[in-house]
Amino acid sequence: MSDEAIKKENLSEEVNIREAGGGGWLYSDVVKDHFFNPRNFMRYGEEEKFEFNAMGRVGSPACGDEMVLWLKIEPETEKIKECRWRTFGCGSAIASTSVLSEMITEKDGMKIEDALKIKPQDIIARLGGLPDRKIHCSVLGDKALQAAINDYFRKTGKHERVLTAGAKVIDSVLNITDKDIEEAVLEGAKTIEDLQKKLKIGALGKDSLPAAEELLKFYLEKYFKS
Amino acid sequence: MLPKPKKIREIYFDHAATAYTDERVVKAMLPYYSKTYGNPSSLHRAGREANAAVNDSRRKIAQILHALPENIIFVGGGTASDNLAIYGMARAHEQRGKHIITIPIEHHAILHPLEDLEKQGWKITKVKVNEEGFVSPEEIYKSIRPDTVLISVMYTNNEIGVIEPIADIGRVILKYRKEHNTPYPYFHTDACQAAGYLSLDVEKLHVDFLTLNGSKIYGPKGIGALYIRRGIKIKPMILGGGQERNLNAGTENVPGIVGLAKALEIAQNEKEKENKKMRKLSLYLWKKIQEKIQNIKLNGPEIGDDRLSSNLNITFMDIEGESLLLYLDEYGIMCSTGSACTSESLEPSHVLRALGMPYEYAHGSLRFSLGRRNTKQDVDYLMKYLPVIVEQLREMSPVRMEKQKHARYK
Repeated sequence: MSDEAIKKENLSEEVNIREAGGGGWLYSDVVKDHFFNPRNFMRYGEEEKFEFNAMGRVGSPACGDEMVLWLKIEPETEKIKECRWRTFGCGSAIASTSVLSEMITEKDGMKIEDALKIKPQDIIARLGGLPDRKIHCSVLGDKALQAAINDYFRKTGKHERVLTAGAKVIDSVLNITDKDIEEAVLEGAKTIEDLQKKLKIGALGKDSLPAAEELLKFYLEKYFKS
Repeated sequence: MLPKPKKIREIYFDHAATAYTDERVVKAMLPYYSKTYGNPSSLHRAGREANAAVNDSRRKIAQILHALPENIIFVGGGTASDNLAIYGMARAHEQRGKHIITIPIEHHAILHPLEDLEKQGWKITKVKVNEEGFVSPEEIYKSIRPDTVLISVMYTNNEIGVIEPIADIGRVILKYRKEHNTPYPYFHTDACQAAGYLSLDVEKLHVDFLTLNGSKIYGPKGIGALYIRRGIKIKPMILGGGQERNLNAGTENVPGIVGLAKALEIAQNEKEKENKKMRKLSLYLWKKIQEKIQNIKLNGPEIGDDRLSSNLNITFMDIEGESLLLYLDEYGIMCSTGSACTSESLEPSHVLRALGMPYEYAHGSLRFSLGRRNTKQDVDYLMKYLPVIVEQLREMSPVRMEKQKHARYK
């Protein structure tokens, strides 16, 4: 299977950043809408009033993106009833958080087991695509969501449900796991430089690079050598 | 939510990226498309007329630089000029030595050729700049080795507007040459951003190579020039019909050359007036920003004689530059950022990083480069929206940088 084919399966459509509607704007119309009219973000003074039972934070301003997600999960149904967020990052980072906040709270709220299945590709598809180089750095939503739901599990004593499923943290500063590396490979990363570009892995310390390189080789063999 | 303006104005604050072509320049160029269209190398009348225009332009530029006409080589832009200086010099003098000195805040048109040479066995020394971006001539002097063939230091930096002490660096290089009885090292400066604001007299600056570009001085795009001091040999990068003293083959861009000369002439004539106007405007903008927005930092030197009068580079804490830029763009306001998100490499500005600035400061930087068409009304329009946009993006941001965390940056 070529990396080209994978990309088309996962994304609803590819977006030419120069012609992505919105009068030749940088991003798609959906991104533009969510960027200029962000939904559900945590306003000043709302922090004290908003009753949440889950919170997740990923990224750091040093690497260019940071995101915090607050969730109100209904214990009986385990549905996400309300959500607030704050994001430091570029246009696509803000839009992708905003769109995620809609995805998980619409139609009476998404069950957390379904929310845990959300992949960056789902968010990107809903956004109408993103320029290639923006995909990995600006879509942190699924990771923040996972972190928040884990927080909920821990707070409610359901430690056995805390999701570490197979994911091993490779870069602890940026919270990059082996799963992220697998995904990056599936999206076309072939060298460690590609990985650094896509994931910013090692941006704040090169310690994680040897392990990342090993995983890169492993997944390249697994998916692209038959 | 954000206020909607009654009428969106188009305000260009990105003159250091490129500028509109001055109408006087366009007018000077026009005859050289369909009327005087000859190839300057042709011997017939059409060719001779074109050749005359090229030579005339060369003379005008030489005069401004206090140089000889034959020492001006026309090339395809600032990058082409920088590349020719670096590669041309390196290839012609590698027998003598393979060491070049530069500074880390140079434009990529300098840094990337140098990185390329490094792969071919050259040694490159990047002399550190201080927190404001200045390099010390003494440090340059100390870095010179017997095998140093070239020193390249930009005249003014495109991002932070710092004006490097080119004449002083020139003098320490002269001192070194005298002490060691050698013509080396040669000295190149990239003056793309300085033209129109500072003196380009190569004798006073003590430079051997000087790079100029058309589009930053309200001239045409795709044209630049390299001044090469008499007697210095360099090797060409483009071979062909032997144009430009064998240093840049290919039929001359006659309208471009005429436009570059005209633009430089206007820019240097109006230098004082322009400097005064830009200084006043940038001071006004900086004052207004300080009044209305908290937690900001001016990047580069204080506003004054050490800073290009048209440049302001400001970090807005806790928010990211691309977002800020795109919001401003919605209001018709155009500027640029050192944030990683707008660069292909996803790395924040190498210039801001070289000042020792943490990543998060570089990410929130915005550069306003003012120009001829800007007015006080433009600044007032900007200041109607900038504070609310910053406020909204800060509200959306989870980052609250504590200032004391980086005591150096207040």
